[in-house]
Amino acid sequence: MMKTFSIGGIHPSDSKISKDCKIEVLPVPSKVFISVAQHLGAPATPVVKAGDQVKVGQIIAEPAGFISAYVHSSVSGTVKSVGPRKDLAGNNVTHIEIDVEGDEWAEGIDLTDTLVTEIPSDNKAILEKIKMNGVVGLGGATFPAHVKLCPPPGKKADCLILNGAECEPYLTSDYRIMLERSKEIVIGAAIMKQVLGGCPAVIGIEENKPEAIKAMSAAVAELGYPGISVMTLKKKYPQGGEKQLIDAVMGRQVKSMGLPIDVGAVVQNVATSLAVYEAVQKNMPLITNVLTVTGDCLPMDKQHNYKFRIGMPLSYVAEVAGGVPKEAAKIISGGPMMGKAIANLDATTVKGSSSLLYLTAEQTVRGVESACIRCGKCAEACPMGLEPFLLQKYARNNMMDELEENAVQDCIECGCCLYSCPANIPLLDIIRLAKGDVIRIIRGRGQK
Amino acid sequence: MTTTIIWTIAILTVLGALLAVVLYIVAEKFKVEEDPRIDEVEKVLPGANCGGCGQAGCRAFAQFCVESSPNLDKCFCPVGGNDGMQKVAAVLGVEVAAKEPQVAVVRCNGTCENRPRTNEYGGYQSCRVKATLYSGDTGCSFGCLGCGDCVAACQFGAISMDPATGLPVVDEEKCTACGACVKACPKNIIELRNKGRRNMRVFVSCVNKDKGAVARKACKAACIGCSKCAKVCPFEAITVENNVAYIDFTKCKLCKKCVAECPTGAIHAVNFPVVKPKPEAAPAPKPAEAPAAETVKKEE
Amino acid sequence: MNKLLVSPSPHLHTKTSTKSLMRDVVIALLPAVVVSVLCYGWSELLVLGVSVASCVLLEYLITKYLLKGTCTIGDWSAVITGVLLALNLPASTPWWVVFIGAVVAIGVAKMTFGGLGQNLFNPAIVGRVFLLISFPTYMTDWTKPQGFIGNFDAYTGATPLGIAKEGGIAAIEGLDYMDMLFVNIGGSAGELSALALIAGFIYLLARRVIRPYITLSILATVAVFSGIFWAIDPMTYTDPVFNLLTGGMLLGSIFMATDYVTSPMSNWGGVVFGIGIGLITMLIRYFGAYPEGMSFAILIMNSVVPLLNKWFHAKKYGRA
Repeated sequence: MMKTFSIGGIHPSDSKISKDCKIEVLPVPSKVFISVAQHLGAPATPVVKAGDQVKVGQIIAEPAGFISAYVHSSVSGTVKSVGPRKDLAGNNVTHIEIDVEGDEWAEGIDLTDTLVTEIPSDNKAILEKIKMNGVVGLGGATFPAHVKLCPPPGKKADCLILNGAECEPYLTSDYRIMLERSKEIVIGAAIMKQVLGGCPAVIGIEENKPEAIKAMSAAVAELGYPGISVMTLKKKYPQGGEKQLIDAVMGRQVKSMGLPIDVGAVVQNVATSLAVYEAVQKNMPLITNVLTVTGDCLPMDKQHNYKFRIGMPLSYVAEVAGGVPKEAAKIISGGPMMGKAIANLDATTVKGSSSLLYLTAEQTVRGVESACIRCGKCAEACPMGLEPFLLQKYARNNMMDELEENAVQDCIECGCCLYSCPANIPLLDIIRLAKGDVIRIIRGRGQK
Repeated sequence: MTTTIIWTIAILTVLGALLAVVLYIVAEKFKVEEDPRIDEVEKVLPGANCGGCGQAGCRAFAQFCVESSPNLDKCFCPVGGNDGMQKVAAVLGVEVAAKEPQVAVVRCNGTCENRPRTNEYGGYQSCRVKATLYSGDTGCSFGCLGCGDCVAACQFGAISMDPATGLPVVDEEKCTACGACVKACPKNIIELRNKGRRNMRVFVSCVNKDKGAVARKACKAACIGCSKCAKVCPFEAITVENNVAYIDFTKCKLCKKCVAECPTGAIHAVNFPVVKPKPEAAPAPKPAEAPAAETVKKEE
Repeated sequence: MNKLLVSPSPHLHTKTSTKSLMRDVVIALLPAVVVSVLCYGWSELLVLGVSVASCVLLEYLITKYLLKGTCTIGDWSAVITGVLLALNLPASTPWWVVFIGAVVAIGVAKMTFGGLGQNLFNPAIVGRVFLLISFPTYMTDWTKPQGFIGNFDAYTGATPLGIAKEGGIAAIEGLDYMDMLFVNIGGSAGELSALALIAGFIYLLARRVIRPYITLSILATVAVFSGIFWAIDPMTYTDPVFNLLTGGMLLGSIFMATDYVTSPMSNWGGVVFGIGIGLITMLIRYFGAYPEGMSFAILIMNSVVPLLNKWFHAKKYGRA
């Protein structure tokens, strides 16, 4: 029997329209704006100033703390300015503006296509490379990869899970790299597996991607690293959620407020695995990734999977892809379930960009909220086994103790509750705030 | 027949007396020793339980007053005001210094006209939800989000949204300066300011920390941090920090020089008597906040 | 380009709405409605018409003029109440009795609690029980009106359960279960055809409108309970199949006990809720004054729902 996570989950329509579009390389624009906050944690500190010459792959910002990451230039040229610019949520973030001149790469980067299968034996050097090349988790949270690959003392990884579930509708970037870069992904997995002390690695892929399962299985068999396997998972959202994937693959559940490593699991996205391969075997910093341009309102010839460089304005990406369709009411960066609605198309691509998804008004405008009929569909859908109808009621009345008792802090914000509510109650909007408040209270208590 | 009645009365009387004794004993046994002055103080409090004093409610505040007596400096009930505190002090037999009455002031003038909308918000109508999501549906990431969290927070019905401007309006008569709206606003736009002489106030109606050009692009009425007001102020009441001016209400002498100087009209003067009333629009002696500001500005 | 829409995730939404769920329940009730109209003819149509029309009209008037809120008749919930109320009444009920039932159901049981989602008791059952207690003669008058098809005159005057209560086990000996499965004999409109009700049940399950736990646990409890008593003394107690097929057992367990608002939210809560309904129904049937007890059982268990919701929660991730 195919495995999946045990509690809740929903089955939104697949809509992988762009799955057969090969990855194309986006041409470099005349100017890029590279954000220093492309990862979870403290924004990096810029180390270049206006007028500096930079090469592709050169470090332009350094981590400002333990949970932070290096940022590299994605182009060669002259730094024009370092200053605030609005990100896709419209908030001011420091960006480094670079005028593109030529395409000169920094030294030490292997630009050839040859597959390097030999894995260096020095784990410290590998981690250093992952860190120096600014690799972050590309599954959505953009958590610095080297931090996750160093289990805290006393904890041991039992299993490395590669997330190829891509359970969000519409997104196809992971699918495409699994088809086109399967070997690199497997080598990346082998590297991370070695760093974690040789635990087995499982590549979890949902059943609706048979081609990817075939390609990855073939790559695993051909490269012959021991202890790597492909697991077919039943299609269900949110399979790609870290906690759900651990449940599906290992049958273990992470304790409330706990970390995956507590149950011996390390989860990395397949795209992260590719970035690890590039960083370790090719010394290539994380300056590119693949994003999907898709939407029901786009004709087939305007559906794309693009390899982009960080710092490209989204409006430029949209332009190259054929313009924003006039039916688009909402543009989303990321999947339709957990992605962010873009308020500002002048924002630029970041390491974790995974899509430009155009949704029509009909698809995305929320219905008018009506009374809760206590149908329990939200509780049925919640993959954490919470009761959103109850949580939203407590949250509206600021009942913090009850919220904590009913585990609001366990919410993973997957959106299943709001998706399935027939009365259009903004469950997640309200619960998300309450979750933040309760976690602050719990943390505050811990410090006392 | 009569015996039945007599017996009934007798039994009920005895039963009543017995139960009364039980009740008395229980009440005595479980009596909580409490300062009787707490009850007395509570009686003179407004009983709104708004929490504006910083305590959980009126009873908690009464207890707090009794505990901190004779020094009542830290106790202030914004709803009862100075009169209320005098009563509390009288109950406790102590003196209390009068405090300047305050009022909530909305420091944003990003009306629909001044601050064009750049996108549409389609989520739950709550400023907090909106603020955690993104910078808002206008170019200004500091201004009022317009979902009315302050309106919901106000227990006195003193704040309402003006549908024409999309901004909250404070009813000065009803406002008790309890500060609930100040806490509710995720953008820290609402501030408690001294009511001022005859309710006249001058304040900067903007909290935009962006550089001048950016702020101006987002909103016509933004403070651009040009410091002209600070230079013209004879009382050093104005400071400009992070590209936004602030008028210290304890130093402001209401000369209104800054109002005339401000290039964007971000400084508002409210409740001033109109200097040269135009014949066609004879304003009421105490016009409402927003229109007053408009008239004053036009005429100076 | 238009102004972009921005809202928190998720950006997609299921097509299922309160309205579509309620409409599905009405669709599921259609087979039973059709059977009852065919068998009872014009008088059943009148009961149905008066019931549905007055429920919807009352909800409209109350939400619009009394509560001055948004009008909620668009969500079809009043239609369900109307149909269920009608299916719970004898076809010969006078129109004004039906109207009073609707007033109690919508006005008292639903709106005084705050409308859809707030009511503690199932409105249709409250209406029905009110009528049963206030107008017992009308409510137990099973005189058979002329239907559009067929002519069943074998047991005019009482329901099978009523006959069993009055005349003991011997009185129902000639009863054929196949008759009851297809078109029952005597009884309120909704008790006529077990098959029509089961068809509705399958539709509701297939459309994922309801979960099967409540219905199945009621039926299982009734089967086990009556099975034990029947096995001990088949001459005094009616048999399980008879109990499952008669007296609104199916109508109640499929359509009324599963009402979202008045049933527990968790699956285990639903099971306990169902066991309670089954037990109380059988206690009333075997030992009570009324020949059947489904309505009373559901009402009694409705009042326990808040407690069940407090005791039974969904299984949480990582909190074994």
